[in-house]
Amino acid sequence: MPTLSLKVNGKAVSGEVEGRTLLVEFLRDQLGLTGTHVGCDTSQCGTCVVHVDGKAVKSCTVLAASCAGASVTTIEGLAANGKLHPMQQAFHEEHGLQCGFCTPGMIMAAVDIVKRNGKKVDEETIRRELSGNLCRCTGYHNIVKAVQSGAANM
Amino acid sequence: MENFNYHRPATVAAAAALLKKSKDGVYLAGGHTILPTMKQGLRAPKDVVDLSGIKAMSGIKASAGAVVIGAGTTHMEVASSSAVKKAIPALAEMAGKIGGVHVRHKGTIGGSIANADPASDYPSACLALGATIVTNQRKIPADKFFTGLFQTALKKGEIITAVSFPIPKRAAHQKFPNPASRYALTGVFVAQGKDGKARVGVTGAGPAAFRVADMEAALSKEFSEKSIAAIKVPPRGLLNDMHATAAYRAHLVSVLARRAVAAAK
Amino acid sequence: MNATGVGASVKRKEDNRFITGKGRYTDDINLKGQAYAVFVRSPHAHAEIKSINTKKAAGMPGVLGVFTGSDVAEDKIGGLICGWMIHSKDGSAMKAGPHPILAVGKVRYVGDHVAVVVADSKAQAAAAAAAVNVSYNALPHNVDAAKAMSTKAQVHKEAANNNVYNWGLGDEAATAAAFKSAAHVTKLDIVNNRLIPNAMEPRAAIGSYDTGDDHYTLYTTSQNPHVARLVISAFHGLCPEHKLRVIAPDVGGGFGSKIFIYAEEVVCLWASKRVGGRPVKWTADRTESFLSDAHGRDHVTKAELATDSSGKITGLRVHTIASMGAYLSTFASCVPTYLYATLLSGQYNIPNIYAEVDAVYTNTSPVDAYRGAGRPEATYVVERLMETAARELKMDPAEFRRRNFITSFPHQTPVIMMYDAGDYGAALDKALELSDYRNVKARKAEAAKRGKLRGVGLSAYIEACGIAPSAAVGSLGAGVGLWESAEVRVNPVGTVEILTGSHSHGQGHETTFAQLVSDRLGIDINNVSVVHGDTDKVQFGMGTYGSRSGAVGMHAISKALDKAITKAKTVAAHCMEASADDIEFKDGAFTVTGTDKKMDWSAVALQAYVAHKPGFEPGIKESAFHDPANFVFPAGVHVCEVDVDMDTGFTEVVRYTCVDDFGNLINPMIVEGQVQGGVAQGIGQALLEACVYDEDSGQLLTASYMDYNMPRARNMPSIGEFKLGFTCTPCPTNPMGMKGCGEAGAIGSPPAVINAITDAIGVRELPMPATPLTVWQAMQGMRKAAE
Repeated sequence: MPTLSLKVNGKAVSGEVEGRTLLVEFLRDQLGLTGTHVGCDTSQCGTCVVHVDGKAVKSCTVLAASCAGASVTTIEGLAANGKLHPMQQAFHEEHGLQCGFCTPGMIMAAVDIVKRNGKKVDEETIRRELSGNLCRCTGYHNIVKAVQSGAANM
Repeated sequence: MENFNYHRPATVAAAAALLKKSKDGVYLAGGHTILPTMKQGLRAPKDVVDLSGIKAMSGIKASAGAVVIGAGTTHMEVASSSAVKKAIPALAEMAGKIGGVHVRHKGTIGGSIANADPASDYPSACLALGATIVTNQRKIPADKFFTGLFQTALKKGEIITAVSFPIPKRAAHQKFPNPASRYALTGVFVAQGKDGKARVGVTGAGPAAFRVADMEAALSKEFSEKSIAAIKVPPRGLLNDMHATAAYRAHLVSVLARRAVAAAK
Repeated sequence: MNATGVGASVKRKEDNRFITGKGRYTDDINLKGQAYAVFVRSPHAHAEIKSINTKKAAGMPGVLGVFTGSDVAEDKIGGLICGWMIHSKDGSAMKAGPHPILAVGKVRYVGDHVAVVVADSKAQAAAAAAAVNVSYNALPHNVDAAKAMSTKAQVHKEAANNNVYNWGLGDEAATAAAFKSAAHVTKLDIVNNRLIPNAMEPRAAIGSYDTGDDHYTLYTTSQNPHVARLVISAFHGLCPEHKLRVIAPDVGGGFGSKIFIYAEEVVCLWASKRVGGRPVKWTADRTESFLSDAHGRDHVTKAELATDSSGKITGLRVHTIASMGAYLSTFASCVPTYLYATLLSGQYNIPNIYAEVDAVYTNTSPVDAYRGAGRPEATYVVERLMETAARELKMDPAEFRRRNFITSFPHQTPVIMMYDAGDYGAALDKALELSDYRNVKARKAEAAKRGKLRGVGLSAYIEACGIAPSAAVGSLGAGVGLWESAEVRVNPVGTVEILTGSHSHGQGHETTFAQLVSDRLGIDINNVSVVHGDTDKVQFGMGTYGSRSGAVGMHAISKALDKAITKAKTVAAHCMEASADDIEFKDGAFTVTGTDKKMDWSAVALQAYVAHKPGFEPGIKESAFHDPANFVFPAGVHVCEVDVDMDTGFTEVVRYTCVDDFGNLINPMIVEGQVQGGVAQGIGQALLEACVYDEDSGQLLTASYMDYNMPRARNMPSIGEFKLGFTCTPCPTNPMGMKGCGEAGAIGSPPAVINAITDAIGVRELPMPATPLTVWQAMQGMRKAAE
């Protein structure tokens, strides 16, 4: 099996992967980073969203091998020095989560939305850009509010 | 998913050579079609040749007459490219409606066109703008490229390297997404060339992207909503499934074409 | 008000682990030596199994075992059960066919569990599962509830004409008489579309057999781990209860679908012993979830409403065919009976009601409780009838409802329920106000200018939750009691652990339960922890569903707190040398009446454990069971406004208003979240979610998110246009005065949405989900009719 070396949450890591190993499998099974979830097989639910080289992608539809040399950020790497990222804080403050299963992907997607659209991203843009993240609990109402308030503090 | 040998060549030639050598190989671009297909066990290639390492294949070049987009350019890059926004704003808007953000970060124009999903968005733009699909072997006019359901003029091992879009006088894209998958239930791309000739590309409605000759003739005479108001597309041969009947898709073609003409700029 | 007490919108204590990726869901758990299970599932809707050849699979790399129904039978492992006996009108017991954990002889729906492969890795198990050779002889199948009683496809030999039961409720003759003398009768054919629950976390299980102790452990995605343990031991006969520990760790949403005992979790436990005690893990992929999770709804109904010349309702008559799917799931039988017909009185004074229900087998996934369970179906029937009748009678739909509201309480309906408290007029007034109902005409005119048809629809729902009085449900056929348990453990430093039989999978119990404790004991919520979801820690419990964890679960905690306070008073009395009768406990402090003697909670707790003063039993640990006296009856009004695109039929919910009476609120923030989420599921049912089986092949066509349309952020009204309001008539049967709020959103919303669309486009009937295609076709039909 080929060895894969990359950076995950700022740390250099390496592991042996098969050709078919998906990034999400590498993160969960080899690195034990179980905050990244799998909720579907068709690249739609968004519970697996992580950042690869600064871009939000669905880690269930990325081959681990293709991430050689890349820099990956997962939900576990978002808080810096023990302090919650403003988007994590906003999800807490606005009650943007219930069962929590979609939450890591939702937060990673939200951070990416703000990075590309700025602090004043409007509600319509947030809703449109969350089309790749499903939540069954919240009705999205408080998630949208959380993204807006998290954006303001980013 | 069955296991396979993973390759990530740095040049087009190396990629083509790897595929030629493989008994059962497949190219991987953004992966958002092939990987789910492989997960479902519908495909099990022995070799996967990842094209994402070929730097020469991505990037956007705009000249006076055309916008040339490298096949490895992602939908997000096209959607946010100031060159594309300036030259063919409708193309940037269309790219911005493909999938969701995370799909657009990975999916590429070359991969999308090579896959020729009847519900994908690029084929309508290729047809309406009269694009040329450039491969490692030749140049293929869009009209000759999409040959059927998931069928293209590409030969085994042939790699799309770029797509060249002539800059029109005006154009617009309208999409009515499938409510579940967000692919186009029907999408219409309308363009009027600098020579005044109009082209109408339709995706999602039929087994492959197609043009609507009646509308093109009417719009070439007078580029207005009114000139196509009475033109109906026959439902025969259009897709018919639980999300939309052929009649509904035919109706949507008319509605979206009118809206696209009204929005064209 | 205590800042972290009852009534405060306290931020959730459990959030931190979820927002940092430290949640611990079943699939996140990996046990030492773990093997993986992959199921072989039926590709046929209905077929005889001629043979199963496992030889090739068994010899493949990494394979530890390949098991079929005959292996299960060899070990005498029982089949899945349905825990609620329904008797037909003729007195006969419901016709339940066998439901083995691995198929025996026949498969009855696409996805039915046929065999299992256990291997060292998931990939090896999957490869071997593909190599299991099952030879089938296809049989005629039927996926359509309406055709079930006349089809050639006989799903179970036990149920002639696929009829599980023919059940009735109410006075048939009196209702017939009411219809005979009615001034007006409104009739509707109503289909309540089948839904797939789609909790975002797919089901998963790890079964682990300890050969040393002859003891089993099951990690599973369950809303009620104790019930799972009871059923697995008592009915599957795997082992006695004390030899089985069931742990439901963080669970990623349930909505009913994780109440039930499923084949996969029993198989994982059993197979673990079969492979020598290696833990066996199974995690559903999404398509497997679509196929194998219990679905919801699927009713075909004929409904009629009789009114007199003054617009008062005189009768309601309903016949419903309810699909059970191919097998009776755990609580399936009670959903279209006692959770459905008992709510057909709605918020209205209806003197005569008669409901008849035929439950039928079809060759589809089993159907069971899904958010609301029976009550959304009842509300949909009643509120579609109310809106349609009002339009036929040329009355304002709000006024027609008001004219028929129940106004005095308690109110005995003709269909079992005794409503305890409510003020339906107040909720209607508030909802009309909040939604600016009076100016809807102007908004319709404005929308028309944009090529949109604006419509407005109302729904006045009631539901019965806080499930349920054990004696009552027992007399109606339930195999279990529906009480709840709680234990309060006070530590020497005064911090408190609450052990509860309720299970939180998004509801926020770790916060709301702590709020109750904070309120009662005067301690900060950070000094309270809530323990749930582990049968080794919590003695027993009935779990979380039916909006019961507040009204029933917290009531049990409240009782245990009463006992703990009584005990603490004894300790305080000893320490302050007073009589326990003279001790007062308020705001976290014990005082002796008429003196300035005072001890705070933590000091008393310490003394309880130090026990240096003789005369009392050391420690404070109290438990309580609570069996509710009645259901609780949340009620409210939803007002939906939609814009329909005249050209395409695309429908958008542009304004949504809910006014709910949940009695007193424990945590308004969490309550609002429950309503918002429930409404999203209701909008999903009304506009988006179609579960489609292909009639010819019996295949589930909507088996992935490519085809099953889940609500997304854009399907919901914007923040400013989604308004929530509350009225309050406290519930008299629990000390918190609260009612359940978990299902109301999903119950009230579908009729409001459909009433709005039918108003917008001017049709009488419209099927759910009202997809763009459906709405366009309805508009085409209108145009054709007009020509």
